Amino acid sequence: MKARVTVMLKSGVLDVQGEAVRHALGSLGFAGVSGVRQGKVIELDLAETDAATARASVTAMCDKLLANVVIESYQIEIL
Amino acid sequence: MKAAVITFPGSNCDRDLAVAFEKAGFDVVRVWHKDSALPHGVDVVGVPGGFSFGDYLRCGAIAAQSPIAGALRQHADKGGYVLGICNGFQVITEMGLLPGALMRNAGLKFICKSVDLVVAAQNSPFTSRYATGQSIALPVAHHDGNYTIDAQGLARLHAEDRVALRYAQNPNGSMGDIAGVLSENRRVLGMMPHPERAVDAATGGTDGAGIFASLLGGMALA
Repeated sequence: MKARVTVMLKSGVLDVQGEAVRHALGSLGFAGVSGVRQGKVIELDLAETDAATARASVTAMCDKLLANVVIESYQIEIL
Repeated sequence: MKAAVITFPGSNCDRDLAVAFEKAGFDVVRVWHKDSALPHGVDVVGVPGGFSFGDYLRCGAIAAQSPIAGALRQHADKGGYVLGICNGFQVITEMGLLPGALMRNAGLKFICKSVDLVVAAQNSPFTSRYATGQSIALPVAHHDGNYTIDAQGLARLHAEDRVALRYAQNPNGSMGDIAGVLSENRRVLGMMPHPERAVDAATGGTDGAGIFASLLGGMALA
């Protein structure tokens, strides 16, 4: 079973890298991009075969290591 | 007084930190990240700068889960002193020993230069040898020193006199110009500038020596 974790900065936290990408897109002539948020995607290969157990386990991984919940939020997809 | 300095894979200020503690008069022991206990009788633990675990995932995140981190947490919980510098500040913040987080510098560039700081705390065992409001110059060398905390947390830090050091000119976007913060019990200090690189007149000045002297003096009285 696979899991995909998407980690993003929380909505109130200024994303300076996303802002830099937005400026770069503008200077390349891509008009109309009003916002860019940058995050990371982490794919996990799991031995677990039960989706609910896998989700609980990945949630614990996110809270302990994969995300810093002070500034980041995460979404888990079980694939 | 006894200081322990932790080395993680990728630490590069650990020896300088040990030298700075020694120069101030501490007995220094070096500790490896896989150790699960601190040597007996350690008064202060230094968490050094560098790029622990290659800054993978987030700066300090993997070091914050290493075996020595458990011992460090116990030490802090018992009221032991902790000094986290640069990557060490990131590590102890990731551990939750200090509030907030250190994000990518607002200008996105790695900053390596000497900066002017203001000693902000009225009462701190790490800065008692300086006058409150005194200006000191210390080197910074970081890519992720942009201190971030929610509005409530920031207000609390100010109300509780827990901002130890402020930047005179903010180099990295840190909220409240914060360069160093204290824990609630005032015994844990995290700071981005490098006092251990400023303890010898021949190399970088001596403005950082007061941090180590303050700590030693405060412990001798305690």
